[in-house]
Amino acid sequence: MEMPIPDAEILAKKAQIVVRLQSVLPKGAVISDEAETKAYECDALSAYRCPPLCAVLPSNTEEVSAVLKICHEMGVPVVPRGSGTSLAGGALPTADSVILGVSKMSDVLETDYNNRFIRVQSGRTNLSVTGAVEEEGFFYAPDPSSQLACAIAGNIAMNSGGAHCLKYGVTTNNLLGVVMVLMDGTVIEVGGAHLDAGGLDLLGLICGSEGQLGVVTEATLKILPKPEGARPVLIGFDSNEVAGECVSDIIKAGVLPVAIEFMDRPCIEATEAFAHPGYPDCEALLIVEVEGSDAEIDAQLKVIMGIAARHNPVELRESKSEEESAKIWLGRKSAFGAMGQINDYMCLDGTIPVSELPYVLKRIGEMSKEYGLGVGNVFHAGDGNMHPLILYDANKLGDLEKCEAFGADVLRLCVEVGGCLTGEHGVGIEKRDLMYDQFTAADLEAQLRVKDVFDPKWLLNPAKVFPLDATAERRASQ
Amino acid sequence: MTLKPSDEKQLSEAIAAAKGPLRIVGNGTRDVLCDGDMLSTAAMSGISLYDPGALTIVAAAGTPLAEIEAALKAQGQRLPFEPMDHRGLLGTTGAPTIGGVVAANISGPRRVQAGACRDSLIGVRFVDGRGEVLKNGGRVMKNVTGYDLVKLMAGAHGTLGVISEVAFKVLPDVETSACVVLHGLSDGGAVAAMAAALGSSFEVSGAAHDRTRTMLRIEGFSASVAYRAERLQGLLAEFGEAEILQDSVKIWREVRDVAPFHEAVGDVWRISVKPSDAPQLVAGLGANAVLFDWGGGLIWALMPLGADVRAKMGTVCGHATLVRGTGFARFQPESEPLATISAGLRAQFDPRYILNTGLMG
Repeated sequence: MEMPIPDAEILAKKAQIVVRLQSVLPKGAVISDEAETKAYECDALSAYRCPPLCAVLPSNTEEVSAVLKICHEMGVPVVPRGSGTSLAGGALPTADSVILGVSKMSDVLETDYNNRFIRVQSGRTNLSVTGAVEEEGFFYAPDPSSQLACAIAGNIAMNSGGAHCLKYGVTTNNLLGVVMVLMDGTVIEVGGAHLDAGGLDLLGLICGSEGQLGVVTEATLKILPKPEGARPVLIGFDSNEVAGECVSDIIKAGVLPVAIEFMDRPCIEATEAFAHPGYPDCEALLIVEVEGSDAEIDAQLKVIMGIAARHNPVELRESKSEEESAKIWLGRKSAFGAMGQINDYMCLDGTIPVSELPYVLKRIGEMSKEYGLGVGNVFHAGDGNMHPLILYDANKLGDLEKCEAFGADVLRLCVEVGGCLTGEHGVGIEKRDLMYDQFTAADLEAQLRVKDVFDPKWLLNPAKVFPLDATAERRASQ
Repeated sequence: MTLKPSDEKQLSEAIAAAKGPLRIVGNGTRDVLCDGDMLSTAAMSGISLYDPGALTIVAAAGTPLAEIEAALKAQGQRLPFEPMDHRGLLGTTGAPTIGGVVAANISGPRRVQAGACRDSLIGVRFVDGRGEVLKNGGRVMKNVTGYDLVKLMAGAHGTLGVISEVAFKVLPDVETSACVVLHGLSDGGAVAAMAAALGSSFEVSGAAHDRTRTMLRIEGFSASVAYRAERLQGLLAEFGEAEILQDSVKIWREVRDVAPFHEAVGDVWRISVKPSDAPQLVAGLGANAVLFDWGGGLIWALMPLGADVRAKMGTVCGHATLVRGTGFARFQPESEPLATISAGLRAQFDPRYILNTGLMG
């Protein structure tokens, strides 16, 4: 993956930059020693690494503003970082950049159950937002797989989703307001506890902008009352196509499950070997979860199981207890870990129209043979957000490149059938060079013009999201 | 002069050739008060894709809202956000278009549960002020590829570009609904009761208060609705004895369209605040009538002609829109530095400043 050549002038000024940053931050909040900056050399897309010039860990909005002001003045690129769990390389540094980590900013600032929101510092982890309100019977809905570790800042940057967004939406649908610092140090407040902007929907624009428009330091998030209960059903099929048809039929029937998860044979076998969830021996498996009171759950599952039965399932297993529910979910939740036991893998994130599922799965299978690389599919079927996991061997010369080419072909296929390159992980560096496959040059130019407004010098996370050639002129003019 | 392009290419040519400001409308049911030649999207009409199994629909901007709602209903689905019909309130005629709904980010009572129009919108095509045809988002419901200009276009009131096509995530329609009604609550009591209801697990999809009745809507499968309505009735016992209405379609249509203000004289303001701030704000407003929606988060205020609602908001966070009346900017002026950012975005998308000039700032 190509990255811009580091600016020699900035590298030469490292000492001055560090001294200035130290002057506005508490002791220990500037990390410049080469042994320590290595900790920030990559995110969860660990195939690509580069230690930053230095890393800063501010504790509040004022410190973030002071840091950005200095970097703006000195022309130093800044790469914002939440918890570093990006699968797209969103927090990958360049050698001439300052990593701005929000991990020290994890306080709850306000909880308001009557108005159903929580205000937190953006470094707080996703799961601990729910942790702060669950005693009162509330939760924060977006639930990315990395929710134990990932920060709200990163969730906002990538507009993260999760398994339950078929019903509850993704981050942008659950975000009410932010405090954000622009690259020149200006602090802006967008939205808040009230609904819908009076002017342009800047909040909607900020969410999912991959840390390129500003650094979010505080977030007001919608919290929801917990449902009375939830229960999954597990359905096994002897072909991917039939499982895909079943998903479509469930949706058409008027029930709205909170989650419809899909796993294919390679994933089923890997998770069975790894976590022993007791999955059936079959080609494809669906986990469908519904919510409500016991009686409501029974009624909805009856409809779903009726539909499933028409598709000749090889297994139809309704959870009868908390333990059984946990076991059904155990396999799904350990799927990535299980695949990782087999080999290194690259996790894709394209979305397709649900109706194209069978065709796309068939094509991925064929490509797997052509490339000679194994692939497992585990994903959110209800919303068409696929996660093919392509297996490769990082120690084998040329395997990573082969895997990248395979991945690019899969993502192009997603676009071709009416979908998109990324459903919830973001573009980062990973899908940057495929943007021309989804957008025209004019479509991209319109997006670049938005960044021009927020960050005219193109210093914030500059080498991400857009093809390098599309941004070259702007990055050079800094 | 009225321009009425019948496809995206003609729309692009019309904007590129414009010599002065354009007033962008669908069928004009939502009163866009701007100078310039009228540019209507009404001739760009039709549903181009509807995939019930994927919960998605795509249509040209000028497609009548009624046509979309009918197509969805035929498959047992609906737009989640319950868009308001402004004709009664504004005394306008014609068929509201889906493009107009999106441009103004129109949402109704269900906004409190299902989100606003912008939350269901998954893709747009539009023509910017240069005449350039652009797209963002698509037809899938999870998409984080590039910046989200879809949200930006929703509620931009045509000032960043003229929308030519929209795509939505839709939801299954419900089998039935019920309405739990409390009587005679004070504004404060009503907002507290609505907060208790919205904070329960019974999935309340409407919470409104007209100062006589406090109304809470439950929707879903019939057995489920009966169960939830009864549980909710019990939960709200501390606020008084609630009755359960089986048929409340008319009630919610009247809340959605602010029916009580249709024939009344006065300016109509729409105020968005944190629900718990609503009672006190209303107490100092001097309104002739008010209607609370969204659990109190949305206040419809019928004001004496020329009264300045914004001046009365004081330190309360939120914003007030003048929906019917004159004498004030329609939208709450943004404070710095947001106003600068918005102006910067407008300059990028509409460098000649010809699209609904001055409407938003």
